Amino acid sequence: MSMLSDALTAALGADLRPGIWPDVRPGARPDIRFESGQRPLSVVCCTLPKEKFAEAARILKKAYALLAAEWAADETPFGKGFAVFACYRWGKEYFIVKSELPADDLRFPSLTKKFLPAYRFERQMQSLMGVVPVGHPDLRPWIKFEDWPQDSFPLRKSFDATKPMPRVVGDYQWLRAAGQGVYEIPVGPVHAGIIEPGHFRFQAVGEMVINLEERLGYVHKGIEKKFESLSWRDGVRLAGRVSGDSTVAHSITYSMAVESLAGLPSGLSGSADPAGYSIPQRAHWIRALFLERERIANHLGDIGAICNDAAFAFMLYQCSRLREMMLRTNHRLFGHRFIMDRVVPGGVTADIDAAGKEEILSELEFISRDFEKLVVIFDESSSLEDRVRGTGILKPAKARELCVVGIVARASGMNLDCRIFNPFPPYDEYDRLELDVPVKISGDVHARTYVRIEEVRESIRIIRYILENLPDGPIVSDLGVPSPGTAGFAAVEGWRGEIIYWLQAGPNGEINRCMVRDPSSINWLGLEQAIPGNIVPDFPLCNKSFNQSYSGHDL
Amino acid sequence: MIRILRQILRTGIVTEPLPSAVEEEIRRTGTELKKAISKHFRRSLTIRQVDAGSCNGCELEIHAINNSFYNCERFGIHFTPSPRFADMLLVTGPVSRNMEIALRRTYNATPTPKLVVAVGDCGCNGGIFGESYASLGGIDKVLPVDMQVPGCPPTPLALLNGILTAVDGYPGRKS
Repeated sequence: MSMLSDALTAALGADLRPGIWPDVRPGARPDIRFESGQRPLSVVCCTLPKEKFAEAARILKKAYALLAAEWAADETPFGKGFAVFACYRWGKEYFIVKSELPADDLRFPSLTKKFLPAYRFERQMQSLMGVVPVGHPDLRPWIKFEDWPQDSFPLRKSFDATKPMPRVVGDYQWLRAAGQGVYEIPVGPVHAGIIEPGHFRFQAVGEMVINLEERLGYVHKGIEKKFESLSWRDGVRLAGRVSGDSTVAHSITYSMAVESLAGLPSGLSGSADPAGYSIPQRAHWIRALFLERERIANHLGDIGAICNDAAFAFMLYQCSRLREMMLRTNHRLFGHRFIMDRVVPGGVTADIDAAGKEEILSELEFISRDFEKLVVIFDESSSLEDRVRGTGILKPAKARELCVVGIVARASGMNLDCRIFNPFPPYDEYDRLELDVPVKISGDVHARTYVRIEEVRESIRIIRYILENLPDGPIVSDLGVPSPGTAGFAAVEGWRGEIIYWLQAGPNGEINRCMVRDPSSINWLGLEQAIPGNIVPDFPLCNKSFNQSYSGHDL
Repeated sequence: MIRILRQILRTGIVTEPLPSAVEEEIRRTGTELKKAISKHFRRSLTIRQVDAGSCNGCELEIHAINNSFYNCERFGIHFTPSPRFADMLLVTGPVSRNMEIALRRTYNATPTPKLVVAVGDCGCNGGIFGESYASLGGIDKVLPVDMQVPGCPPTPLALLNGILTAVDGYPGRKS
């Protein structure tokens, strides 16, 4: 079934192979079981006793798996207690380990010492759900600020999210460096530029940063809780506003997770997806068109902004000009500059005709010609190269330890891309939309810029291919209703990296829990690790080269 | 260098006269605006943008009014890193609970007289996030708002128009 579940069952000594779902073979240990409600079927969810939660992490780490997400759910509507989940990725597989916690004992073993990204996930789980990771080295609250009432856990069902919370007196303990000549620079939450709020604290000696501590959570809007009050259909509007720059990718991921729960039986039209649902094939292709357009537009903006932070304003104006052209075409053809709200569960709501195809092709022709000229200028500017090479290095070993995803991972030697390793239609074997992803090993600002440059080229090629081979047919289909107790999962490569949604249907078929894992939830740790050793004035440049979402992280 | 110069010359000036429908409005506010900006702001309006909890969509469009197509500097509008120099706060929302204090501080750090423009559906009324334990709703729940620019996100033209209208109505408000 799955290499990871094989590794795990072998190591746990359990006489258990996932039989024909949802049966559990006789003789199996009752405390270890495979969840039959997890969709799509390619994603395995295994329940272990909580004592084994960290041991599973150790085994999976030995099998070279990476931690993709960790979260908690309140299962009291099912008459149970709470549950903690850890999602691992290895090659093409996603594997979820679940442990149930009784309501009177919310402790579970921490994974932080095995997998570093669990550091923030677990702080967040403790702050918002009140489950307690035992053995976690740093239990300061995360997202939950010091002025929240201690006993407020918004993700619990018993919490009334409609009422405002009182402010209480509290304090946040910062990491401090001491010694001769060490000083501190606090930055934010209101930054100098037109960007989102977050707080950074540098400990510096002279010009050199010796430690950077991030503090995020300023734009926490209660998104995960809000999902629980929305219908499956309305949820997609909220998903499109988790991170405004990745609106297409987030709506696609949410929609795919819903479709994995409530899709039609496959085989009518479109790709016969193993998940067992069928969305019109044309809808998949149009989604990919939107996704690649979003990727190009954001990469263009980033390439310009990175150069601008190295005082090369020429590139900013040239790149934002190309970006603006794309946004205008989006507006003309699809009715929205960022193509917001055009992806819905079941398909898409905007189509493209022959004239639209022509328009995109000629626009791409123009953009690609101009873009190549700019790349030559980028390559030939030695003063620019001096700033971006060797700056903000995230070493491959560290990147792997932090389990970073997306452009940050690909700039640090990790060959990760959901479009290849967890292909969703139309990138999968049925539609055969092939692609190459650039992988660099230097892990510096230059590498992260160059990954973007090469992805722009690749996305232009993909869009041309999509437009040539766009299948005919309807663009939206009706969905069924998710059955109570099932859980849907989807992972999509947005322009920043892998976005994961995990949706759980409650006892009445409503949304019981919606877990959102934006790439930023992991990659912010990468920035924190890449900064020490750099000079303070290079921070904006490094930050821009990561360009992580504050809103997608804070939720 | 020669390539850079060639690219600049080849690109030329892409700044556009605003499209007729909007231009009509802006021309109307435009002439008034010249007067208003000259009179009240010494020909330059300085804006401090504050993200009080937005999803980053509005920020992207605010960036866009700086690009060479919209070129907001031709109206004497520019963005400042510090609220101390600002005539106007351009605030995107909803106001998250965790940003409320920082937003109030920024407002207090801005010298009076000052204008507050709420940007986006969320800035106007909380939008899809509404009011909850973590979101206080629109900007007007926290600060006195002079002008609202709806849209999700508002287009660059809507933003420009909103800023200009706020300035136009300026003499009507506070001392």
